[in-house]
Amino acid sequence: MKGIFAIMIKRLALSLVTIFVISVLIFVGVEALPGDLAETILGQEATPETVAAFRKELKLDLPPHVRYFAWLGDLLKGDLGNSLANGRPIADLIGWRFGNTIFLAAAAAVVAVPVALILGMLAALYRNTLFDKTISMVTLSTISFPEFFVAYILIALLSVQIGLFPSISNINGQMAFSEKIYAIILPCLTLTLVVVAHMMRQTRAAIINILASPFIEMARLKGIKRFRVIVLHAFPNALSPVINVIALNLAYLVVGVVIVEVVFVYPGLGQLLVDSVAKRDIPVVQASGLIFAATYVSLNLLADILSIISNPRLRNPR
Amino acid sequence: MNFLRLLRQSPLSARIGMAMVLINIIAAIFAPIICPYGETEVVADVWLTPNADNLLGTDHLGRDLFTRLVYGARNTITIAFITTMLSFIVGTIMGFFAATLGGWTDLSISRVVDILMAFPTLIFALMVLSVVGTGTAALIVVIALLDSTRVFRLSRAVAMDIAVMEFVEAARLRGERIWWLMRHEILPNAMPPLVAEFGLRFCFVFLFIASLSFLGLGIQPPTADWGGMVRENAGAITFGIMTPLFPAGAIAFLTVGVNLIVDWFLHIASGLKD
Repeated sequence: MKGIFAIMIKRLALSLVTIFVISVLIFVGVEALPGDLAETILGQEATPETVAAFRKELKLDLPPHVRYFAWLGDLLKGDLGNSLANGRPIADLIGWRFGNTIFLAAAAAVVAVPVALILGMLAALYRNTLFDKTISMVTLSTISFPEFFVAYILIALLSVQIGLFPSISNINGQMAFSEKIYAIILPCLTLTLVVVAHMMRQTRAAIINILASPFIEMARLKGIKRFRVIVLHAFPNALSPVINVIALNLAYLVVGVVIVEVVFVYPGLGQLLVDSVAKRDIPVVQASGLIFAATYVSLNLLADILSIISNPRLRNPR
Repeated sequence: MNFLRLLRQSPLSARIGMAMVLINIIAAIFAPIICPYGETEVVADVWLTPNADNLLGTDHLGRDLFTRLVYGARNTITIAFITTMLSFIVGTIMGFFAATLGGWTDLSISRVVDILMAFPTLIFALMVLSVVGTGTAALIVVIALLDSTRVFRLSRAVAMDIAVMEFVEAARLRGERIWWLMRHEILPNAMPPLVAEFGLRFCFVFLFIASLSFLGLGIQPPTADWGGMVRENAGAITFGIMTPLFPAGAIAFLTVGVNLIVDWFLHIASGLKD
Protein backbone atom coordinates (compact mmCIF):
# COMPACT_ATOMS: atom_id res chain seq x y z
CA MET A 1 0.00 0.00 0.00
CA LYS A 2 2.87 2.35 0.83
CA GLY A 3 4.18 2.00 -2.72
CA ILE A 4 1.09 3.24 -4.50
CA PHE A 5 0.63 6.03 -1.99
CA ALA A 6 4.07 7.33 -2.87
CA ILE A 7 3.34 7.07 -6.59
CA MET A 8 0.10 8.97 -6.14
CA ILE A 9 1.74 11.79 -4.21
CA LYS A 10 4.36 11.99 -6.93
CA ARG A 11 1.71 12.27 -9.67
CA LEU A 12 -0.16 14.92 -7.69
CA ALA A 13 3.02 16.96 -7.29
CA LEU A 14 3.79 16.58 -10.99
CA SER A 15 0.31 17.87 -11.89
CA LEU A 16 0.70 20.87 -9.61
CA VAL A 17 4.05 21.63 -11.23
CA THR A 18 2.44 21.30 -14.66
CA ILE A 19 -0.35 23.73 -13.79
CA PHE A 20 2.20 26.13 -12.34
CA VAL A 21 4.34 25.97 -15.50
CA ILE A 22 1.23 26.42 -17.63
CA SER A 23 0.28 29.54 -15.69
CA VAL A 24 3.80 30.91 -16.15
CA LEU A 25 3.65 30.10 -19.87
CA ILE A 26 0.30 31.85 -20.18
CA PHE A 27 1.72 34.87 -18.42
CA VAL A 28 4.97 34.94 -20.38
CA GLY A 29 3.02 34.53 -23.61
CA VAL A 30 1.44 37.90 -23.05
CA GLU A 31 4.79 39.38 -22.04
CA ALA A 32 6.37 38.17 -25.28
CA LEU A 33 3.87 40.13 -27.31
CA PRO A 34 5.77 42.15 -29.89
CA GLY A 35 5.55 45.86 -29.13
CA ASP A 36 3.41 47.26 -26.35
CA LEU A 37 0.25 45.30 -25.55
CA ALA A 38 -1.67 48.51 -24.92
CA GLU A 39 -0.82 50.04 -28.29
CA THR A 40 -1.36 46.77 -30.14
CA ILE A 41 -4.86 46.39 -28.78
CA LEU A 42 -5.99 49.98 -28.72
CA GLY A 43 -4.67 50.71 -32.22
CA GLN A 44 -2.66 53.66 -33.46
CA GLU A 45 -5.38 56.25 -32.96
CA ALA A 46 -5.33 55.77 -29.18
CA THR A 47 -4.51 58.90 -27.24
CA PRO A 48 -1.59 58.78 -24.75
CA GLU A 49 -4.11 59.07 -21.89
CA THR A 50 -6.06 55.97 -22.90
CA VAL A 51 -2.82 54.04 -23.37
CA ALA A 52 -1.68 55.08 -19.89
CA ALA A 53 -5.04 54.16 -18.33
CA PHE A 54 -4.96 50.84 -20.13
CA ARG A 55 -1.43 50.09 -18.95
CA LYS A 56 -2.50 50.80 -15.39
CA GLU A 57 -5.56 48.59 -15.79
CA LEU A 58 -3.31 45.70 -16.88
CA LYS A 59 -0.67 46.70 -14.29
CA LEU A 60 1.84 46.92 -17.14
CA ASP A 61 3.75 49.61 -15.22
CA LEU A 62 5.01 47.06 -12.66
CA PRO A 63 7.94 44.65 -13.24
CA PRO A 64 6.96 41.20 -14.66
CA HIS A 65 7.59 38.96 -11.63
CA VAL A 66 5.60 41.27 -9.33
CA ARG A 67 2.74 41.22 -11.80
CA TYR A 68 2.86 37.45 -12.14
CA PHE A 69 2.51 36.85 -8.42
CA ALA A 70 -0.15 39.55 -8.11
CA TRP A 71 -2.07 37.87 -10.95
CA LEU A 72 -1.63 34.42 -9.41
CA GLY A 73 -2.70 35.65 -5.97
CA ASP A 74 -5.85 37.31 -7.36
CA LEU A 75 -6.53 34.15 -9.32
CA LEU A 76 -6.38 31.97 -6.21
CA LYS A 77 -8.74 34.36 -4.43
CA GLY A 78 -11.17 33.95 -7.32
CA ASP A 79 -10.60 37.46 -8.66
CA LEU A 80 -9.93 37.03 -12.36
CA GLY A 81 -9.81 40.72 -13.26
CA ASN A 82 -11.94 42.55 -15.82
CA SER A 83 -12.60 41.92 -19.48
CA LEU A 84 -10.98 44.39 -21.88
CA ALA A 85 -13.90 44.22 -24.29
CA ASN A 86 -16.73 45.23 -21.97
CA GLY A 87 -15.07 45.93 -18.62
CA ARG A 88 -17.15 43.34 -16.76
CA PRO A 89 -15.52 41.11 -14.14
CA ILE A 90 -14.25 37.95 -15.79
CA ALA A 91 -15.53 35.75 -12.95
CA ASP A 92 -19.11 36.78 -13.90
CA LEU A 93 -18.49 35.96 -17.55
CA ILE A 94 -16.90 32.61 -16.86
CA GLY A 95 -18.81 31.11 -13.93
CA TRP A 96 -22.13 30.09 -15.52
CA ARG A 97 -20.53 29.39 -18.91
CA PHE A 98 -18.16 26.89 -17.35
CA GLY A 99 -21.17 25.27 -15.68
CA ASN A 100 -22.85 24.97 -19.08
CA THR A 101 -19.73 23.43 -20.61
CA ILE A 102 -19.51 20.84 -17.84
CA PHE A 103 -23.24 20.13 -18.22
CA LEU A 104 -22.83 19.43 -21.95
CA ALA A 105 -19.70 17.33 -21.48
CA ALA A 106 -21.30 15.34 -18.64
CA ALA A 107 -24.45 14.67 -20.68
CA ALA A 108 -22.31 13.37 -23.55
CA ALA A 109 -20.23 11.24 -21.18
CA VAL A 110 -23.31 9.62 -19.59
CA VAL A 111 -24.36 8.34 -23.01
CA ALA A 112 -20.94 7.70 -24.53
CA VAL A 113 -19.14 5.77 -21.78
CA PRO A 114 -21.46 2.72 -21.49
CA VAL A 115 -22.00 2.51 -25.27
CA ALA A 116 -18.29 2.68 -26.00
CA LEU A 117 -17.34 0.13 -23.33
CA ILE A 118 -19.95 -2.40 -24.42
CA LEU A 119 -19.11 -2.03 -28.12
CA GLY A 120 -15.38 -2.21 -27.40
CA MET A 121 -15.69 -5.37 -25.31
CA LEU A 122 -17.92 -7.05 -27.86
CA ALA A 123 -15.53 -6.15 -30.67
CA ALA A 124 -12.62 -7.58 -28.67
CA LEU A 125 -14.43 -10.80 -27.79
CA TYR A 126 -15.68 -11.36 -31.34
CA ARG A 127 -12.43 -10.26 -32.94
CA ASN A 128 -12.08 -10.51 -36.73
CA THR A 129 -15.76 -11.31 -37.25
CA LEU A 130 -17.96 -9.26 -39.56
CA PHE A 131 -19.28 -7.36 -36.52
CA ASP A 132 -15.77 -6.35 -35.45
CA LYS A 133 -14.74 -5.33 -38.97
CA THR A 134 -17.86 -3.25 -39.59
CA ILE A 135 -17.46 -1.44 -36.28
CA SER A 136 -13.80 -0.78 -36.87
CA MET A 137 -14.53 0.64 -40.36
CA VAL A 138 -17.30 2.89 -39.01
CA THR A 139 -15.24 4.17 -36.08
CA LEU A 140 -12.19 4.73 -38.28
CA SER A 141 -14.31 6.94 -40.53
CA THR A 142 -15.85 8.80 -37.60
CA ILE A 143 -12.41 9.56 -36.19
CA SER A 144 -11.43 11.01 -39.55
CA PHE A 145 -14.40 13.38 -39.62
CA PRO A 146 -14.00 16.87 -38.23
CA GLU A 147 -16.46 17.52 -35.38
CA PHE A 148 -18.23 20.25 -37.34
CA PHE A 149 -18.88 17.85 -40.25
CA VAL A 150 -20.71 15.45 -37.93
CA ALA A 151 -22.52 18.41 -36.38
CA TYR A 152 -23.73 19.87 -39.68
CA ILE A 153 -24.84 16.48 -40.99
CA LEU A 154 -26.91 16.02 -37.84
CA ILE A 155 -28.34 19.52 -38.22
CA ALA A 156 -29.16 18.92 -41.89
CA LEU A 157 -30.85 15.59 -41.12
CA LEU A 158 -32.52 16.01 -37.74
CA SER A 159 -33.09 19.74 -37.56
CA VAL A 160 -33.70 20.99 -41.10
CA GLN A 161 -35.19 17.92 -42.84
CA ILE A 162 -37.29 16.46 -40.04
CA GLY A 163 -37.46 19.46 -37.74
CA LEU A 164 -37.08 17.26 -34.67
CA PHE A 165 -34.50 19.23 -32.66
CA PRO A 166 -33.37 22.88 -32.55
CA SER A 167 -30.18 23.68 -34.49
CA ILE A 168 -29.23 26.37 -31.98
CA SER A 169 -28.79 25.23 -28.39
CA ASN A 170 -29.49 28.26 -26.30
CA ILE A 171 -29.97 27.43 -22.65
CA ASN A 172 -30.41 29.65 -19.61
CA GLY A 173 -30.95 29.35 -15.88
CA GLN A 174 -34.75 29.64 -16.06
CA MET A 175 -35.20 26.52 -18.16
CA ALA A 176 -36.38 23.27 -16.60
CA PHE A 177 -33.99 20.32 -16.68
CA SER A 178 -35.98 18.51 -19.39
CA GLU A 179 -36.01 21.65 -21.58
CA LYS A 180 -32.25 21.94 -21.18
CA ILE A 181 -31.76 18.31 -22.18
CA TYR A 182 -33.98 18.82 -25.24
CA ALA A 183 -31.98 21.92 -26.23
CA ILE A 184 -28.63 20.15 -26.05
CA ILE A 185 -29.60 16.89 -27.78
CA LEU A 186 -27.82 17.66 -31.06
CA PRO A 187 -24.50 18.93 -29.60
CA CYS A 188 -24.59 16.03 -27.13
CA LEU A 189 -25.14 13.54 -29.95
CA THR A 190 -22.28 15.05 -31.96
CA LEU A 191 -19.87 14.75 -29.04
CA THR A 192 -21.07 11.24 -28.29
CA LEU A 193 -20.48 10.04 -31.86
CA VAL A 194 -16.96 11.48 -31.92
CA VAL A 195 -15.90 10.29 -28.48
CA VAL A 196 -17.47 6.81 -28.76
CA ALA A 197 -15.32 6.11 -31.80
CA HIS A 198 -12.11 6.94 -29.94
CA MET A 199 -13.10 5.27 -26.69
CA MET A 200 -14.37 2.12 -28.33
CA ARG A 201 -11.16 1.61 -30.32
CA GLN A 202 -9.02 2.09 -27.22
CA THR A 203 -11.19 -0.26 -25.16
CA ARG A 204 -10.96 -2.91 -27.87
CA ALA A 205 -7.17 -2.60 -28.01
CA ALA A 206 -6.86 -2.75 -24.19
CA ILE A 207 -9.00 -5.89 -23.90
CA ILE A 208 -7.27 -7.64 -26.80
CA ASN A 209 -3.97 -6.86 -25.13
CA ILE A 210 -5.14 -8.56 -21.92
CA LEU A 211 -6.65 -11.55 -23.70
CA ALA A 212 -3.32 -12.15 -25.44
CA SER A 213 -1.32 -12.29 -22.20
CA PRO A 214 0.16 -15.59 -20.94
CA PHE A 215 -1.92 -15.83 -17.73
CA ILE A 216 -5.16 -15.93 -19.75
CA GLU A 217 -3.79 -18.70 -21.93
CA MET A 218 -2.72 -20.52 -18.78
CA ALA A 219 -6.23 -20.23 -17.34
CA ARG A 220 -7.72 -21.56 -20.57
CA LEU A 221 -5.24 -24.46 -20.67
CA LYS A 222 -6.22 -25.36 -17.12
CA GLY A 223 -9.69 -25.94 -18.56
CA ILE A 224 -11.51 -23.08 -16.85
CA LYS A 225 -14.73 -22.09 -18.58
CA ARG A 226 -14.56 -19.14 -20.98
CA PHE A 227 -17.03 -17.03 -18.99
CA ARG A 228 -15.10 -17.60 -15.75
CA VAL A 229 -11.83 -16.67 -17.45
CA ILE A 230 -13.28 -13.39 -18.62
CA VAL A 231 -14.93 -12.43 -15.32
CA LEU A 232 -12.30 -13.61 -12.85
CA HIS A 233 -9.05 -13.39 -14.81
CA ALA A 234 -9.40 -10.87 -17.62
CA PHE A 235 -11.76 -8.33 -16.02
CA PRO A 236 -9.72 -7.33 -12.94
CA ASN A 237 -6.67 -6.75 -15.11
CA ALA A 238 -8.62 -4.95 -17.83
CA LEU A 239 -10.10 -2.53 -15.29
CA SER A 240 -7.00 -0.40 -15.04
CA PRO A 241 -6.53 0.31 -18.78
CA VAL A 242 -10.28 0.75 -19.28
CA ILE A 243 -10.58 3.31 -16.47
CA ASN A 244 -7.62 5.07 -17.99
CA VAL A 245 -9.38 5.15 -21.36
CA ILE A 246 -12.54 6.61 -19.80
CA ALA A 247 -10.76 9.37 -17.90
CA LEU A 248 -8.60 10.33 -20.90
CA ASN A 249 -11.69 10.60 -23.06
CA LEU A 250 -13.46 12.71 -20.47
CA ALA A 251 -10.50 15.08 -20.64
CA TYR A 252 -10.82 15.04 -24.42
CA LEU A 253 -14.55 15.80 -24.10
CA VAL A 254 -14.04 18.87 -21.94
CA VAL A 255 -11.70 20.34 -24.55
CA GLY A 256 -13.55 18.93 -27.57
CA VAL A 257 -16.65 20.91 -26.67
CA VAL A 258 -15.04 24.12 -27.98
CA ILE A 259 -15.91 23.44 -31.63
CA VAL A 260 -19.30 21.92 -30.92
CA GLU A 261 -20.21 24.94 -28.80
CA VAL A 262 -19.36 27.25 -31.69
CA VAL A 263 -21.43 25.23 -34.18
CA PHE A 264 -24.52 25.20 -31.96
CA VAL A 265 -23.99 28.72 -30.54
CA TYR A 266 -24.05 27.12 -27.09
CA PRO A 267 -23.28 29.59 -24.27
CA GLY A 268 -20.24 27.72 -22.90
CA LEU A 269 -16.69 28.52 -21.94
CA GLY A 270 -15.33 27.35 -25.33
CA GLN A 271 -17.48 29.84 -27.19
CA LEU A 272 -16.26 32.60 -24.86
CA LEU A 273 -12.64 31.57 -25.39
CA VAL A 274 -12.95 31.61 -29.18
CA ASP A 275 -14.75 34.98 -29.18
CA SER A 276 -12.14 36.45 -26.86
CA VAL A 277 -9.27 35.20 -29.01
CA ALA A 278 -10.88 36.89 -32.04
CA LYS A 279 -11.34 40.11 -30.04
CA ARG A 280 -7.87 39.71 -28.48
CA ASP A 281 -9.44 40.15 -25.06
CA ILE A 282 -6.33 38.73 -23.43
CA PRO A 283 -7.34 38.61 -19.73
CA VAL A 284 -10.41 36.53 -20.64
CA VAL A 285 -8.29 34.26 -22.86
CA GLN A 286 -5.80 33.78 -20.02
CA ALA A 287 -8.47 32.96 -17.45
CA SER A 288 -10.55 30.61 -19.59
CA GLY A 289 -7.47 28.92 -21.00
CA LEU A 290 -6.17 28.31 -17.51
CA ILE A 291 -9.50 26.84 -16.41
CA PHE A 292 -9.57 24.51 -19.41
CA ALA A 293 -5.98 23.48 -18.77
CA ALA A 294 -6.58 22.88 -15.06
CA THR A 295 -9.65 20.73 -15.78
CA TYR A 296 -7.72 18.77 -18.39
CA VAL A 297 -4.74 18.20 -16.10
CA SER A 298 -6.99 17.18 -13.17
CA LEU A 299 -8.85 14.63 -15.27
CA ASN A 300 -5.55 13.20 -16.49
CA LEU A 301 -4.38 13.03 -12.88
CA LEU A 302 -7.60 11.23 -11.96
CA ALA A 303 -6.95 8.79 -14.80
CA ASP A 304 -3.47 8.08 -13.45
CA ILE A 305 -4.59 7.64 -9.85
CA LEU A 306 -7.58 5.44 -10.67
CA SER A 307 -5.56 3.22 -12.96
CA ILE A 308 -2.88 2.83 -10.29
CA ILE A 309 -5.47 1.90 -7.66
CA SER A 310 -7.24 -0.55 -9.94
CA ASN A 311 -4.05 -2.24 -11.13
CA PRO A 312 -3.70 -5.54 -9.23
CA ARG A 313 0.03 -5.70 -9.87
CA LEU A 314 0.67 -2.28 -8.32
CA ARG A 315 -1.78 -2.86 -5.47
CA ASN A 316 -0.13 -6.09 -4.38
CA PRO A 317 3.58 -5.62 -4.86
CA ARG A 318 5.66 -8.74 -4.26
CA MET B 1 10.85 -2.69 -57.42
CA ASN B 2 10.30 -3.60 -53.80
CA PHE B 3 7.80 -0.76 -53.55
CA LEU B 4 5.79 -2.00 -56.55
CA ARG B 5 5.56 -5.48 -55.08
CA LEU B 6 4.31 -4.03 -51.83
CA LEU B 7 1.68 -2.04 -53.74
CA ARG B 8 0.46 -5.15 -55.53
CA GLN B 9 -0.06 -6.89 -52.18
CA SER B 10 -2.04 -3.99 -50.71
CA PRO B 11 -5.54 -4.80 -49.45
CA LEU B 12 -8.64 -3.27 -51.05
CA SER B 13 -9.14 -0.71 -48.26
CA ALA B 14 -5.63 0.68 -48.73
CA ARG B 15 -6.17 0.92 -52.50
CA ILE B 16 -9.38 2.86 -51.99
CA GLY B 17 -7.48 5.14 -49.61
CA MET B 18 -4.72 5.70 -52.17
CA ALA B 19 -7.28 6.58 -54.84
CA MET B 20 -8.94 9.08 -52.47
CA VAL B 21 -5.62 10.75 -51.66
CA LEU B 22 -4.58 10.76 -55.32
CA ILE B 23 -7.77 12.61 -56.34
CA ASN B 24 -6.92 15.30 -53.80
CA ILE B 25 -3.30 15.58 -54.92
CA ILE B 26 -4.32 15.88 -58.58
CA ALA B 27 -6.87 18.56 -57.67
CA ALA B 28 -4.23 20.43 -55.67
CA ILE B 29 -1.59 20.36 -58.43
CA PHE B 30 -3.79 21.09 -61.45
CA ALA B 31 -6.20 23.50 -59.75
CA PRO B 32 -5.93 26.32 -62.37
CA ILE B 33 -6.51 23.84 -65.24
CA ILE B 34 -9.46 22.03 -63.63
CA CYS B 35 -11.33 25.11 -62.45
CA PRO B 36 -13.80 26.89 -64.71
CA TYR B 37 -13.45 30.16 -62.74
CA GLY B 38 -10.87 32.07 -60.69
CA GLU B 39 -10.29 31.44 -56.96
CA THR B 40 -11.99 34.63 -55.77
CA GLU B 41 -14.08 35.43 -58.83
CA VAL B 42 -17.75 36.29 -58.18
CA VAL B 43 -19.71 34.51 -60.90
CA ALA B 44 -23.36 34.27 -59.95
CA ASP B 45 -25.97 34.84 -57.26
CA VAL B 46 -25.45 33.85 -53.62
CA TRP B 47 -25.93 30.23 -52.43
CA LEU B 48 -27.18 28.75 -55.71
CA THR B 49 -27.89 25.03 -55.60
CA PRO B 50 -25.88 22.83 -58.00
CA ASN B 51 -26.64 23.65 -61.65
CA ALA B 52 -25.12 23.39 -65.14
CA ASP B 53 -22.88 26.47 -64.76
CA ASN B 54 -21.87 25.85 -61.16
CA LEU B 55 -21.23 22.18 -60.55
CA LEU B 56 -21.74 22.43 -56.78
CA GLY B 57 -23.57 25.77 -56.68
CA THR B 58 -22.17 29.01 -55.30
CA ASP B 59 -21.03 30.22 -51.88
CA HIS B 60 -22.11 33.11 -49.63
CA LEU B 61 -20.54 35.71 -51.97
CA GLY B 62 -21.63 34.09 -55.23
CA ARG B 63 -18.29 32.42 -55.97
CA ASP B 64 -18.23 29.03 -57.69
CA LEU B 65 -18.11 26.41 -54.93
CA PHE B 66 -16.40 23.74 -57.04
CA THR B 67 -13.59 26.17 -57.92
CA ARG B 68 -13.22 27.14 -54.26
CA LEU B 69 -13.09 23.48 -53.25
CA VAL B 70 -10.33 22.65 -55.74
CA TYR B 71 -8.25 25.68 -54.76
CA GLY B 72 -9.02 24.83 -51.14
CA ALA B 73 -7.38 21.44 -51.69
CA ARG B 74 -4.27 23.24 -52.88
CA ASN B 75 -4.07 25.71 -49.97
CA THR B 76 -5.19 23.49 -47.11
CA ILE B 77 -3.17 20.41 -48.07
CA THR B 78 0.00 22.42 -48.77
CA ILE B 79 -0.12 24.20 -45.43
CA ALA B 80 -0.89 20.98 -43.53
CA PHE B 81 1.94 19.20 -45.35
CA ILE B 82 4.51 21.92 -44.62
CA THR B 83 3.42 21.95 -40.96
CA THR B 84 3.74 18.17 -40.63
CA MET B 85 7.18 18.21 -42.30
CA LEU B 86 8.38 20.92 -39.93
CA SER B 87 6.96 19.06 -36.94
CA PHE B 88 8.78 15.88 -38.05
CA ILE B 89 12.09 17.62 -38.63
CA VAL B 90 12.02 19.20 -35.16
CA GLY B 91 10.52 16.14 -33.44
CA THR B 92 12.84 13.49 -34.88
CA ILE B 93 16.01 15.53 -34.44
CA MET B 94 15.13 16.18 -30.79
CA GLY B 95 14.01 12.58 -30.28
CA PHE B 96 17.18 11.11 -31.81
CA PHE B 97 19.35 13.52 -29.83
CA ALA B 98 17.62 12.54 -26.59
CA ALA B 99 17.99 8.84 -27.37
CA THR B 100 21.63 8.86 -28.54
CA LEU B 101 23.00 11.28 -25.97
CA GLY B 102 20.80 10.08 -23.10
CA GLY B 103 21.41 11.30 -19.56
CA TRP B 104 20.94 14.95 -18.82
CA THR B 105 19.95 16.00 -22.39
CA ASP B 106 17.30 13.29 -22.55
CA LEU B 107 15.92 14.15 -19.14
CA SER B 108 15.56 17.87 -19.73
CA ILE B 109 13.97 17.59 -23.20
CA SER B 110 11.60 14.88 -21.97
CA ARG B 111 10.42 16.96 -19.01
CA VAL B 112 9.66 19.96 -21.23
CA VAL B 113 7.76 17.72 -23.65
CA ASP B 114 5.80 16.13 -20.77
CA ILE B 115 4.60 19.53 -19.65
CA LEU B 116 3.72 20.67 -23.16
CA MET B 117 1.77 17.45 -23.71
CA ALA B 118 -0.17 17.92 -20.49
CA PHE B 119 -1.65 21.04 -22.02
CA PRO B 120 -4.65 20.54 -24.34
CA THR B 121 -3.40 21.35 -27.86
CA LEU B 122 -6.41 23.31 -29.08
CA ILE B 123 -6.45 25.56 -26.02
CA PHE B 124 -2.70 26.15 -26.27
CA ALA B 125 -2.96 27.04 -29.95
CA LEU B 126 -5.87 29.39 -29.29
CA MET B 127 -3.96 31.18 -26.55
CA VAL B 128 -0.77 31.53 -28.58
CA LEU B 129 -2.69 32.74 -31.64
CA SER B 130 -4.49 35.33 -29.51
CA VAL B 131 -1.09 36.76 -28.63
CA VAL B 132 0.81 36.50 -31.93
CA GLY B 133 -2.24 37.19 -34.09
CA THR B 134 -3.59 35.13 -36.97
CA GLY B 135 -1.31 34.62 -39.95
CA THR B 136 -0.28 31.63 -42.02
CA ALA B 137 3.36 31.66 -40.88
CA ALA B 138 2.41 31.89 -37.19
CA LEU B 139 -0.15 29.12 -37.69
CA ILE B 140 2.42 26.78 -39.25
CA VAL B 141 5.09 27.39 -36.60
CA VAL B 142 2.72 27.14 -33.62
CA ILE B 143 1.06 23.91 -34.76
CA ALA B 144 4.35 22.34 -35.89
CA LEU B 145 5.97 23.00 -32.51
CA LEU B 146 2.96 21.67 -30.58
CA ASP B 147 2.76 18.60 -32.76
CA SER B 148 6.49 17.89 -32.65
CA THR B 149 6.06 16.81 -29.00
CA ARG B 150 4.17 13.72 -30.23
CA VAL B 151 6.79 13.03 -32.89
CA PHE B 152 9.48 13.42 -30.23
CA ARG B 153 7.89 10.76 -28.02
CA LEU B 154 7.74 8.21 -30.84
CA SER B 155 11.13 8.90 -32.42
CA ARG B 156 12.80 8.84 -28.99
CA ALA B 157 11.24 5.48 -28.15
CA VAL B 158 12.19 4.00 -31.53
CA ALA B 159 15.72 5.43 -31.45
CA MET B 160 16.24 4.14 -27.89
CA ASP B 161 15.88 0.58 -29.15
CA ILE B 162 18.24 1.18 -32.08
CA ALA B 163 20.87 3.14 -30.13
CA VAL B 164 21.81 0.08 -28.04
CA MET B 165 22.41 -2.17 -31.09
CA GLU B 166 25.92 -3.44 -31.84
CA PHE B 167 26.27 -1.62 -35.16
CA VAL B 168 25.61 1.71 -33.46
CA GLU B 169 28.12 0.81 -30.77
CA ALA B 170 30.63 -0.09 -33.50
CA ALA B 171 30.07 3.24 -35.22
CA ARG B 172 30.52 5.06 -31.92
CA LEU B 173 33.80 3.26 -31.26
CA ARG B 174 34.89 4.14 -34.80
CA GLY B 175 34.63 7.72 -33.61
CA GLU B 176 31.67 8.79 -35.74
CA ARG B 177 30.01 12.04 -34.76
CA ILE B 178 26.48 12.29 -33.37
CA TRP B 179 25.03 13.72 -36.61
CA TRP B 180 26.51 10.89 -38.63
CA LEU B 181 25.11 8.34 -36.17
CA MET B 182 21.67 9.85 -36.36
CA ARG B 183 21.61 10.11 -40.16
CA HIS B 184 23.30 6.88 -41.22
CA GLU B 185 22.66 4.42 -38.41
CA ILE B 186 19.44 5.40 -36.65
CA LEU B 187 17.29 7.13 -39.27
CA PRO B 188 17.23 4.30 -41.86
CA ASN B 189 16.22 1.78 -39.18
CA ALA B 190 13.58 4.05 -37.68
CA MET B 191 11.87 4.72 -41.01
CA PRO B 192 8.90 2.26 -41.02
CA PRO B 193 7.19 3.42 -37.80
CA LEU B 194 8.00 7.05 -38.61
CA VAL B 195 6.32 6.80 -42.02
CA ALA B 196 3.12 5.40 -40.50
CA GLU B 197 3.25 8.11 -37.85
CA PHE B 198 3.66 10.74 -40.57
CA GLY B 199 0.28 9.76 -41.99
CA LEU B 200 -1.37 9.93 -38.58
CA ARG B 201 0.22 13.27 -37.72
CA PHE B 202 -0.75 14.66 -41.14
CA CYS B 203 -4.39 13.75 -40.47
CA PHE B 204 -4.25 15.32 -37.05
CA VAL B 205 -2.59 18.53 -38.28
CA PHE B 206 -4.95 18.74 -41.24
CA LEU B 207 -8.05 18.38 -39.03
CA PHE B 208 -6.54 20.78 -36.51
CA ILE B 209 -5.92 23.52 -39.10
CA ALA B 210 -9.40 22.93 -40.52
CA SER B 211 -10.87 23.33 -37.02
CA LEU B 212 -8.93 26.54 -36.37
CA SER B 213 -10.01 27.92 -39.74
CA PHE B 214 -13.55 26.93 -38.90
CA LEU B 215 -13.24 28.96 -35.69
CA GLY B 216 -12.02 31.87 -37.84
CA LEU B 217 -8.49 31.76 -36.42
CA GLY B 218 -6.68 29.74 -39.07
CA ILE B 219 -6.16 30.51 -42.74
CA GLN B 220 -7.75 33.87 -43.46
CA PRO B 221 -10.14 34.78 -46.32
CA PRO B 222 -10.22 35.36 -49.26
CA THR B 223 -7.82 32.40 -49.53
CA ALA B 224 -9.93 29.34 -50.31
CA ASP B 225 -9.67 26.92 -47.39
CA TRP B 226 -12.04 24.10 -46.47
CA GLY B 227 -12.45 24.87 -42.76
CA GLY B 228 -13.00 28.55 -43.49
CA MET B 229 -15.51 27.69 -46.24
CA VAL B 230 -17.60 25.69 -43.77
CA ARG B 231 -17.61 28.68 -41.43
CA GLU B 232 -18.54 31.20 -44.15
CA ASN B 233 -21.39 29.08 -45.46
CA ALA B 234 -22.65 27.71 -42.13
CA GLY B 235 -25.72 29.96 -42.26
CA ALA B 236 -26.98 28.23 -45.40
CA ILE B 237 -27.74 24.99 -43.60
CA THR B 238 -30.71 26.42 -41.71
CA PHE B 239 -32.32 27.23 -45.09
CA GLY B 240 -31.90 23.62 -46.11
CA ILE B 241 -29.02 24.45 -48.50
CA MET B 242 -26.21 21.88 -48.27
CA THR B 243 -23.33 24.22 -49.21
CA PRO B 244 -21.29 23.83 -45.96
CA LEU B 245 -21.44 20.04 -46.23
CA PHE B 246 -19.29 20.05 -49.40
CA PRO B 247 -16.10 21.52 -47.87
CA ALA B 248 -16.70 19.61 -44.61
CA GLY B 249 -17.14 16.44 -46.64
CA ALA B 250 -13.93 17.18 -48.56
CA ILE B 251 -12.03 17.33 -45.26
CA ALA B 252 -13.55 14.02 -44.18
CA PHE B 253 -12.83 12.47 -47.61
CA LEU B 254 -9.11 13.24 -47.45
CA THR B 255 -8.63 12.16 -43.82
CA VAL B 256 -10.51 8.89 -44.36
CA GLY B 257 -8.27 8.23 -47.36
CA VAL B 258 -5.05 8.87 -45.43
CA ASN B 259 -6.30 6.83 -42.46
CA LEU B 260 -7.07 3.84 -44.69
CA ILE B 261 -3.47 3.87 -45.95
CA VAL B 262 -2.05 4.39 -42.44
CA ASP B 263 -4.08 1.45 -41.15
CA TRP B 264 -2.41 -0.78 -43.74
CA PHE B 265 1.07 0.60 -42.88
CA LEU B 266 0.49 0.00 -39.18
CA HIS B 267 -0.62 -3.52 -39.98
CA ILE B 268 2.62 -4.16 -41.90
CA ALA B 269 4.76 -2.50 -39.22
CA SER B 270 3.13 -4.56 -36.45
CA GLY B 271 4.16 -7.75 -38.32
CA LEU B 272 0.81 -9.47 -37.71
CA LYS B 273 -0.24 -12.02 -40.29
CA ASP B 274 -3.97 -11.51 -39.91
